[in-house]
Amino acid sequence: MSNAPQPNILTIRGVTKRFAVGDDEVEALAPVDLSIPQGEFVCLIGASGCGKSTLLRIIAGFEEPTTGSASIYGKAITGPGSDRGMVFQDYALFPWMTVHENISFGLRQRRLSAEEIARTTDEFVKMVGLERFAERYPGQLSGGMKQRVAIARVLANNANILLMDEPFGALDALTREQLQRELLQIWARTGVTTIFVTHSVEEAVLLADRVLVMSAGPGRIDSDTRIDLARPRDVSSPEFNALRRDITRRLTSHLAPS
Amino acid sequence: MTTQRAAASANAERTEQEGEAVTRRHKRHRLETLRALALGIGFPVLLVLLWDRAVAITDTRLIPSPYQVAVMMYDFSFGGVYDDAFSGTILIHIWKSVQRVYGGFFLAALIGIPLGMMIGRIRILRQLLDPTISLLRPIPVTAWLPLSMIFFGLGPNAAIFLVFLGAFYPILLNTMFGVRSIDPRLFEAASMLGCSGAAMFRQIVLPASLPAVFNGLRIAHGFAWILIVVGEMTGVPTGLGSVVMDGRTLSRTDLVITGMIVIGACGFVTDRIIVVISNRLLSWSPQHLE
Repeated sequence: MSNAPQPNILTIRGVTKRFAVGDDEVEALAPVDLSIPQGEFVCLIGASGCGKSTLLRIIAGFEEPTTGSASIYGKAITGPGSDRGMVFQDYALFPWMTVHENISFGLRQRRLSAEEIARTTDEFVKMVGLERFAERYPGQLSGGMKQRVAIARVLANNANILLMDEPFGALDALTREQLQRELLQIWARTGVTTIFVTHSVEEAVLLADRVLVMSAGPGRIDSDTRIDLARPRDVSSPEFNALRRDITRRLTSHLAPS
Repeated sequence: MTTQRAAASANAERTEQEGEAVTRRHKRHRLETLRALALGIGFPVLLVLLWDRAVAITDTRLIPSPYQVAVMMYDFSFGGVYDDAFSGTILIHIWKSVQRVYGGFFLAALIGIPLGMMIGRIRILRQLLDPTISLLRPIPVTAWLPLSMIFFGLGPNAAIFLVFLGAFYPILLNTMFGVRSIDPRLFEAASMLGCSGAAMFRQIVLPASLPAVFNGLRIAHGFAWILIVVGEMTGVPTGLGSVVMDGRTLSRTDLVITGMIVIGACGFVTDRIIVVISNRLLSWSPQHLE
């Protein structure tokens, strides 16, 4: 990490979101303001229904804000775009395409030469360590491998914001730890700005430069904590535990005592 | 990376046990195939034996014995036994029926697949057409027979139309269902990767709905062969359906049963071809493989 201030890649100003539920309207997001500098790793954490996924989907362009604006380098987000790559919890790989074809999908949408597509794809297949599985279909892969493909698929397409919606939530603990390590390596290597939604405090403190705690009813950002621990982080160190306690306290402070 | 190291050591271990395990698996697989063959062939053989005994015991003159049907089948295929209008004519009848079955079937696929995809994706089209389709679908194909003869006259076109009607709805409905049940995340994933419009149809809608489309094609293909007898009731001189109808008129039950068996065999063989094609195209789909 450099100390020079980076320009903000993402700016969110007064974004709200209301959903119609039958005849009622539900306020999913109260006005949210947020700026994220280029290259930062941000974790959004909060209980279910706090609007963290909604916020992510607005950034991805899958949902439109009811009011307010979200912009990338000052340019308003009007829909999904290849500059932002979403990694879904349930992978959303194309099951009829091989690993190689999934990763090259974005490249194939732009009129690039076959050589260039093949070269870039191979590079990203290699980056996620799936060379031996390049010709397999998603149905033949484990959950961890599928999520590697999903990450490579958006990075190969030059996404400069990686949006991850509880990406490791469906994986077993060992695979999750390994993917967390690999994600940090990829992030360090590519410098891709990452917004990572999770409900695990430990995961947030392990990964992020900055942890945003959100709370529900309506969804809003409650606190914004910098994590200045050096990487790789030791989850058993006192500093780590202090931060984990602090964020857990913020996370639960707004909950009514049960 | 640790995965690779772990994988390498696991690999070495695996090669030692692999040979033995593979032979065992192959042996079990062969036994399984043999048993499936024995049961699959044994059961119809048993049915034929029962048929033969039943005819012998009841001494009926209305139903021919399997032997008599076999003689008829031989004469129908090669001639030289009865030397009548049906001797040695099997190929021409099969060929005519195949033309009508596949004329109707491919027409149904040609219209049903694109229409089903559009109805599945475009809400206005669904609102426009869905009630009408639901209304027309329960009408039995046989009920269309008089009208189809008025529309198309006596001849093969009426037969093709009837086969088309029978094949159309399963293709249309399965395609609609297939398109509507595509995971919406796949559309989101494709659009964030820069895919939109017509490319989305070709690259996402079409392949993602292919398993359902093939299910529809397979059901429709079965119906098409079922309907050939009805279709060829429309007064065509040749075709397997007309052979069955002629057999009825002439009270030649051996000819009727021969025609039935040939239709069954044609339907069976062509169904296997469809299964092979679909297994090939859908090798990615873990639920689809037979």
